[in-house]
Amino acid sequence: MYQTTYHRAASLEEAAKLLAQADDGKFLAGGQTLIPTMKQRLAAPSDLIDLRHIPELKGITINGSDMRIGAGTTHAEVAAHAGLAALCPAICRLAAHIGDPHVRHMGTIGGSIANNDPAADYPAAVLALGATVETSKRTIAADDFFTGLFGTALEEDEIVTAVSFSAPEKAGYAKFPNPASRYALVGVFVARRPEGVRVAVSGAGEDGAFRASALEDALARSFDPAALDGISLPSTGLMSDIHASAEYRAHLIAVMAKRAVKAAIG
Amino acid sequence: MSVEGVGARIARKEDKRFITGLGRFVDDMVLPRMKHAAFVRSPYAHAKITGIRTEAAKAMPGILAVLTGPELKDDGIGNLICGWMIHSKDGTPMKMGAWSPLAVERARYVGDAVAVVVAETRAQARDAAEAVEVDYEELPAVTEAVEALKPGAPQLHPEAENNLIFDWELGDAKATDEAIARAAHVTRMKIVNNRLVPNAMEPRAALGHYDGAEDHFTLWTTSQNPHLARLVMSAFYNVAPENKLRVIAPDVGGGFGSKIYIYPEEIVCLWASKRTGFPVKWTADRTESFLCDAHGRDHVSEVSLAFDADNQMIALKVDTIANLGAYMSLFSSCVPTYLYATLLSGQYVIPAIHCNVRAVYTNTAPVDAYRGAGRPEATYLLERVVETAARELQISPAELRRKNFIRAFPYQTPVIMNYDAGDYEASLEAAMQAADYAGFTVRREEARRRGKLRGIGMSCYIEACGLAPSQAVGSLGAGVGLWESAEVRVNMAGTVEVLTGSHSHGQGHETTFAQVVAERLGISIDQVSIVHGDTDKVQMGMGTYGSRSGAVGMSAVVKALDRVEAKAKRIAAHLLEADEADIVIEDGAVKVAGTDRSLPWAQVALSAYTAHNLPEGMEPGLKETSFYDPSNFTFPAGCHIAEVEVDPETGHTEIVQFVAADDFGNIINPMIVEGQVHGGVAQGIGQALLEGCRYDPDTGQLLTASYMDYTMPRAADLPSFDVLTSNTPSPSNPLGIKGCGEAGAIGSPPAVINAITDAIRNNELPMPASSQTVWKALRKAA
Repeated sequence: MYQTTYHRAASLEEAAKLLAQADDGKFLAGGQTLIPTMKQRLAAPSDLIDLRHIPELKGITINGSDMRIGAGTTHAEVAAHAGLAALCPAICRLAAHIGDPHVRHMGTIGGSIANNDPAADYPAAVLALGATVETSKRTIAADDFFTGLFGTALEEDEIVTAVSFSAPEKAGYAKFPNPASRYALVGVFVARRPEGVRVAVSGAGEDGAFRASALEDALARSFDPAALDGISLPSTGLMSDIHASAEYRAHLIAVMAKRAVKAAIG
Repeated sequence: MSVEGVGARIARKEDKRFITGLGRFVDDMVLPRMKHAAFVRSPYAHAKITGIRTEAAKAMPGILAVLTGPELKDDGIGNLICGWMIHSKDGTPMKMGAWSPLAVERARYVGDAVAVVVAETRAQARDAAEAVEVDYEELPAVTEAVEALKPGAPQLHPEAENNLIFDWELGDAKATDEAIARAAHVTRMKIVNNRLVPNAMEPRAALGHYDGAEDHFTLWTTSQNPHLARLVMSAFYNVAPENKLRVIAPDVGGGFGSKIYIYPEEIVCLWASKRTGFPVKWTADRTESFLCDAHGRDHVSEVSLAFDADNQMIALKVDTIANLGAYMSLFSSCVPTYLYATLLSGQYVIPAIHCNVRAVYTNTAPVDAYRGAGRPEATYLLERVVETAARELQISPAELRRKNFIRAFPYQTPVIMNYDAGDYEASLEAAMQAADYAGFTVRREEARRRGKLRGIGMSCYIEACGLAPSQAVGSLGAGVGLWESAEVRVNMAGTVEVLTGSHSHGQGHETTFAQVVAERLGISIDQVSIVHGDTDKVQMGMGTYGSRSGAVGMSAVVKALDRVEAKAKRIAAHLLEADEADIVIEDGAVKVAGTDRSLPWAQVALSAYTAHNLPEGMEPGLKETSFYDPSNFTFPAGCHIAEVEVDPETGHTEIVQFVAADDFGNIINPMIVEGQVHGGVAQGIGQALLEGCRYDPDTGQLLTASYMDYTMPRAADLPSFDVLTSNTPSPSNPLGIKGCGEAGAIGSPPAVINAITDAIRNNELPMPASSQTVWKALRKAA
């Protein structure tokens, strides 16, 4: 790791101020990507501005069928939250299978979506649930938030403060993990609402998480795994690496989508 | 068997310090005035080095020195060598290219050390290492051995034309070809044995200290064989004469072969210590471990197995290309030759065998012994082709093996080895029974109803351990003898210190060696200390690898114990005025058999040192040294059976049952043996399903350089193992031990692949059989 200067921000305003003062500052959430990257000397921020002690980012709020997860909420907290489990158990199961116990007790939902790793789990959930991303400056619809590989609509000094969404009728998530890293090789989140079905895929897209309209259309007709029988997805636009070719990923998307639907209708 | 003696299932003495964080590893060592080293490494797989500028780095804070290859040469430090001479079949010696500890003029793989920075702190050293400016002229690279042999391939070393190190053979080519020509059936396969990264839990580390007052060097290092390290560094690398060099290998966190060898970093830390006048420490980070630890396996082979009309094996022909990487590591040449081709007879009577091996340079990390070393490659090749033959001949795999088992011992194979004892049928029967082999078809049908493809596969392996009779290995090209030495030092009040040249880095020697002493002297294992890993303490040694510490290291202890016991009996007979032949040692006492006359063990020990009343002419003291040179290899063997379920939708394989029935000879501590089998099988399953070291074929960059991309087996990837033994004692050493350290990694990969290919009904399946690989094979089969 290169030399860096650590700051603990007490408020969103202070965090933004510290970032503005830094040469090449970075916000630090759970640090589960940034710190390993720094240890490998692949990132060298001059200043780290720690967001983990800002009260506004804490906590999960349930209001009727609406859920609001503070950006600083760890995966372990989401996984174990009874209120979330009652309204959207799929999000709890997703969180329960991110990384390992150490990662789940440090990593946060805000950090995950702000980083938008193409193989992270949360972006698929945020997209499929049609969630709203709240930031220190505004609210952003999920469909507008993710803008490509590690890219988001966030401005340089903008901080994710919460993710909010209402309970879907049914939702499910199925992940096929990368054998080495256990990130999603393919992760598919499905959510059904009266207005339609949303299906989002993580781990596979060259531009990060994306919605799969062919699957959405098929499931809108019939929200059943059998509705996806024989469906074949094109491999264009999918990642290809030593663990999975684009063709294998395309195949796995259909398989994981079926399993996600099966989990949703349980 | 006493409570703590041979055969006792007791917990390991050393585990208390390991699980409470009190182990002392090289990186825990702190010396006054100690500095830290960081290496500048080639980012290119193949490049000319046209210049190195160190001024900017030297000007950075805390920097004491930036040293390069030419300075190392000026100080007379020698090149690294391979210590086992192989001659090609045309009689010419192997073509060894120069390996300078710091590259001079050319870098030959990504990670090749080019310069070293010594600084006050590790962070300063690493920062400055990045500021060293090296001018590289990139050259074309080749990473695969088959490609490296082709005309026009990039050339690595001027000494080795066409990158060919040797073209070696073993066995009778003519007899083999003739038998194949008249065979009723020949099974032919191409077999690839995947490249692996060893991944010891503790990364390699070195701390070099030059003491100017004594003109003496001390090296703390992560070594499996400190005396061998000292010998090589003295005799070949000119670091210091042996009497001026102490090598200490303290607690070492796993080796699997990768810590046998001498690497550039140890040499450089010692040399840099003298250059700078400070102790110099280096500890690899995990990326350096991936890039620079000697890798394992990496064979491409063609095999033909010929049968007569009665399904008897009549010939085996093998043609192997072995990738040795960019430089020849210390024992790299013997792995694909004498540790490989000599085991190709397996458990079978095969009258004619011929094996040809071409060893090849490529722009990859050096390849050397890794858990099993040559024997996993032989076993995988043979057990895959035998299973395939059974499928082609439409005979049960067990029946085909049974029909061809060696049943009379000793058995001379056509490939050097003389098997001394074994009962292959017993292991096969035990494994099949434990696996409920007969009930498999019912389980397959049940799995089919759940949408899963279930398969079963077996592997009957043999390995040669107890390395090795010195004269025999000498005649085959080894640069050293493979004896072991021990000193049994009875202290004045009767406690015992055993000094052994074997080195424990996970094997539990501090417990098992003490059990042998406890058995013989009737004292508790707490009264026995095992001293190892320090050339200043232990007389001599050849170290731990090749499952040799029990068969060879303990045999040396037994030999020294024989002498201690004989002397103790003479002293006791004298003191008790009895006949020496009537003296027995048991339960901590030295007794006259059949009487109530006895002396406590401690009193006999004390008498040996007070020397007030010893037999006429006897020297005081009770301390004996021995060197034990084995008369033969040992031949552990067994049968592994894997049962798998494949998810046809994803290609994911789950191992639902794994049975290992092994013949390890006599066992000192069953719990430790089971642990060795568990670990070995985990590594074997890792090779079969998960682990594959991959280089980019064009750039030579290591694509699997971290755990994000290199798949280590996790607990969830493994089933609960069913481990059993059916033992025939080895007649070749006093304890009847065969060795158990490598068997798991040797026997398991073919069992797993045989099971998956049975499940998916497609025999074309490379390792690692990742989900994607199995999915592709399923699609081809469909």
